[in-house]
Amino acid sequence: MTRFILNGTPRHCDSPPTRRLSDVLREDLGLTGTKVGCDAGDCGACTVLIDGRATCACLTPAARAEGRHIQTVEAQTPELTRLRAAFLRHGAAQCGICTPGMLMAAAELIARNPAPTEAEAEAAIGGVLCRCTGYRKILAAICDATDAPAPSLPQGRATGQPIPRLDGAEKVAGDLFGADVLPENACVLKAIRSPHPHAAFTFGDLAAYAARPGIAAVFTAADIPGRNAFGVIPPFADQPALAESPARFRGEAVALVAFAPGHDPATDDFPITWQPLPALTDPDAALQAAHPLHPGRPDNILVQGLVRKGDSATAMDRAAHVVSAEITTAFVEHAYIEPEAGAAWLEGETLCIRACTQAPVMDRDETAAILALPPDRIRILPSAVGGGFGSKLDLSLQPLLGLAALRLRRPVRMVYSRAESMASTTKRHPARMRGRIGCDAQGIVTALEFDGTFDTGAYASWGPTVANRVPVHVTGPYHTPHVTAIARAVHTHNPVSGAFRGFGVPQAAIWQETAYDRLADRLGLDRLEFRLRNALRDGQSSATGQVLQATGIAPCLTALRPHWRRALAEASGQPGRGVGLASCWYGCGNTSLPNPSTIRIGITARGELVLHQGATDIGQGSNTVIAQIAADALGLPVGQIRLIGPDTALTPDAGKTSASRQTFVTGRAALAAGAELRAAILRRANASDAARLSLDGPLLAVTEGATRHEIALAGLPPDDMGYVLMAEASYDPPTAPLDENGQGRPYALYGYGAQMVELSVDPALGTVRLHRITAAHDLGLAINPLLATGQIEGGIAQGIGLALMEEYLPGRTENLHDYLIPTAGDVPPITSLLIEVPDPEGPFGAKGLGEHVLIPTAPAILNAIRHATGAEITQLPALPHRILAAMRAARP
Amino acid sequence: MSYARPQTLTEAIRLLAGSQIRLLAGGTDLYPATQSAALSGPILDLADIAELNGITPWNGGLRIGATTSWSTIAEAPLPPALRALQQAALQVGGRQIQNAGTIGGNLCNASPAADGVPPLLVLDARVELAGPLGRRDLPLAAFLTGPRRTARAPDEIVTAIFIPEQSLAGHSSFLKLGARAYLVISIAMVAARLTLAADGRIARAALAVGACGPVATRLAALEPALTGLTPAQAAQSITPETLSPPLAPIDDIRATAAYRLESAAELLRRALLDCAP
Repeated sequence: MTRFILNGTPRHCDSPPTRRLSDVLREDLGLTGTKVGCDAGDCGACTVLIDGRATCACLTPAARAEGRHIQTVEAQTPELTRLRAAFLRHGAAQCGICTPGMLMAAAELIARNPAPTEAEAEAAIGGVLCRCTGYRKILAAICDATDAPAPSLPQGRATGQPIPRLDGAEKVAGDLFGADVLPENACVLKAIRSPHPHAAFTFGDLAAYAARPGIAAVFTAADIPGRNAFGVIPPFADQPALAESPARFRGEAVALVAFAPGHDPATDDFPITWQPLPALTDPDAALQAAHPLHPGRPDNILVQGLVRKGDSATAMDRAAHVVSAEITTAFVEHAYIEPEAGAAWLEGETLCIRACTQAPVMDRDETAAILALPPDRIRILPSAVGGGFGSKLDLSLQPLLGLAALRLRRPVRMVYSRAESMASTTKRHPARMRGRIGCDAQGIVTALEFDGTFDTGAYASWGPTVANRVPVHVTGPYHTPHVTAIARAVHTHNPVSGAFRGFGVPQAAIWQETAYDRLADRLGLDRLEFRLRNALRDGQSSATGQVLQATGIAPCLTALRPHWRRALAEASGQPGRGVGLASCWYGCGNTSLPNPSTIRIGITARGELVLHQGATDIGQGSNTVIAQIAADALGLPVGQIRLIGPDTALTPDAGKTSASRQTFVTGRAALAAGAELRAAILRRANASDAARLSLDGPLLAVTEGATRHEIALAGLPPDDMGYVLMAEASYDPPTAPLDENGQGRPYALYGYGAQMVELSVDPALGTVRLHRITAAHDLGLAINPLLATGQIEGGIAQGIGLALMEEYLPGRTENLHDYLIPTAGDVPPITSLLIEVPDPEGPFGAKGLGEHVLIPTAPAILNAIRHATGAEITQLPALPHRILAAMRAARP
Repeated sequence: MSYARPQTLTEAIRLLAGSQIRLLAGGTDLYPATQSAALSGPILDLADIAELNGITPWNGGLRIGATTSWSTIAEAPLPPALRALQQAALQVGGRQIQNAGTIGGNLCNASPAADGVPPLLVLDARVELAGPLGRRDLPLAAFLTGPRRTARAPDEIVTAIFIPEQSLAGHSSFLKLGARAYLVISIAMVAARLTLAADGRIARAALAVGACGPVATRLAALEPALTGLTPAQAAQSITPETLSPPLAPIDDIRATAAYRLESAAELLRRALLDCAP
């Protein structure tokens, strides 16, 4: 028996003495605010205070709690109260999974130092990883943990206002993620995974294993009742939920064990024999391989995307200047702090799956196919999502949870270990890119040729999207009359490459933007002015022949110009100082495919205003932004909205959270639904659109001039959902298919941006110190400037990782100490310039932003390194030894 | 599974004798090594043994108890000769790890990249062990016999690290190089301690490098040549060639061997300049 004071109250536990304290807090004491991200002390998510000192609960034996004061995020202390309010004011919580750890680490600091400096705050949270925010708003909040309350919501217009996130209170209290709802008496699931990239396997005596005490069941591919192949793009669905022999990548699940509650879920002696087979781990070798991984995909080519416009060969011949460029990038891991987790149970004949996801309806339909159920037998209840960035678009544990719950007819739960999460889920495609860009003597770009091979790994996932998006975007936001661009997604026995913030465009931008710097130098032109000279303007056409409107790149570059000149002047004559620049553009929504969203908004007889908001909020802020749009379209204060969803039983389909589409596409649906509801109300009152609405309990008032019309909601008949007034509207962006030359209208709307990096390179060590990043992003209209700058800062942090430190190597970096992501000390101060070039297609003119913000960072860093040292980096990440070698190579 | 948390060293040694029991100090290496919710096998928790904890005077020098945490070391008022150790203490993981992780555990884990080792090597630290036959102490360099290997016998407990009196002289510096700011696993790290004569020239130099070979290494052959030089001259004399041997770095995912050697030389140059009072 261990006795201790937990958040001021005497508590005890009767647990194995060396059990992790995090496990005791969560499982035995029900305090799930303490999050587990790695079980290795690498991420700090489980930080608690023990006698006032920040400690990783995952590394603390339960017995060590004896006689101690333990404080978790559930505590009510003056420090935590101040910090929570400051986190909300500053937008310091995005997905919320690191927030408890951040709050506790900060609480230790401000208990002894109520007004810390930024450096002190940085050191205090140096051991807590965040993948969403880029840390800047967290540092600002810790340094501003005063008694000021969280700001109140506006009574008037909501769009354009930096309101704190509507789901913020949950985030700073310790939100409920996939691992945090523990159904009673649930079996714990563990997957058996391939330790080899390619291996045949045979099972031993599974029946005997399953009969062991504590084991409820064992499942293999033979138990899958439906189609054992999933994939986000149905025609390419090829990935088994549980593989039949052979396994095609390290980490692939081949069997599932269900453990009865209370039994140690150890699978060390699971009866399986592996026979390693030759593995194709190099995409160039895979292109030459005699036998493809998948029948019907000769040369292991999954998809080859092509954009051909004009005559690039002739234009290149005639160009005054041509630069050739070649660059390779690595596998990049999403490294969200929440490993995949969830639970499943049956409600009557409905299979309920509560798990982290970015795409609830896709999860439902794909899981239904695997389990041979009609989709309406499955209900997906997305948990709070502790970061996604693209990887949680694909199925992971949903079919495993569903299979076991169905077969056992009892609740089940599953949490991936950090290693399992990293090994088995998707990655950013490594790219091998080469090509040429040519321009005339005046510096007008005339031609671009690009050939990229993208390692798409063992299964299709989003490989087709990457292969199609890259050629469309590889020109960057620059007018390029003659283009030949090819990108092929190639299967290997490597991890499955899928969606990761930008779908291949960040890799392509690294190639194009670094080549642009060399072209500008060749011309003797200022690098910003060269870009501005070629920036796409309204009425010009893209590489796909699409005539563009609301092109925001020139305004972004123009906004950076004074910063650019200042930075160049400051760097001038300073050895090792460099300034770099890069741009981005990105089409919002699916490439030439439908991707509708539907939003429902209703008012109950009691006067509750309810928004069925199905756009999964993975931290980016759709719960808030969609509500802001709906509130303004309707004309009621955003604070009156109650959110429902996302939940496939309660919310209409708002599509997936990907492709920077939610603010745009779901935002348009919210605009339409809000406007429709408003029109219905105005019709009842016979009022014009100039009228003002107010909702006070069961009384809805419509005021126009001196006329006030009151609608008694209680007197109206409710519909079968309980609404007396309700509207539902959909929006699908107008696109057109690409023809055989990639010509067409792939996206209805594009967002633009440009970033400038100031840095120093250590001349002897090749290490990089970032001083400042200035980011200008055209988002049409900043629906919520606080969330928008949060997106910018977080995207930049991921861009820093992509440029300088991140490389996933199967079997080598399957943890968060060998796989490096930026820490609080790696993200410099960021100045965000929000540029608003409204697009008539966007809600109130708004464009997407989520992916754009990552794209320019890495090439801007590489361009700054080259400016500082001459070093031309051709292999990412730009680790210190690679930079030093490139510096040497650049010396005359 | 058994778990013991003795109050005295005598009791701990008795429990350890002839058993397969594993020693638990800060837990910051044992827990990451398992995916389980608890540690497996019998565990002997050293947390309650008072004599293993804290920094005390010892024979004119200092005794640092084996279970003293890194944050205790970082926060203690210590002479400038131990500045390198205190700098290292602030770079062992994040603050959460520093609050739990111990100096003795760091040595017993014997990682080639253990942050505590180079600063202790330049202090000529000795490691005290206690076992059924009594106590012994040996130089840290003799204690560390290889990567993840030490001279600790299975029935012994590391009880303390001794810093001899003569090692309290001079100033020291610790530098660690990695690809990010916090939670760094070193590409290379160095410690230097200089005792300067009245004229500002080096009376005695001690240099050590970590993460550039199977164990961290004192540069004993190089050190005497620095005597009589100014720190700046000494820094100039350090080149990658002067370091190989004794260093034997490898290529790995973090850097190449050649880069490690070069960066070790550069870090040493900087540490020498940083040592000047």
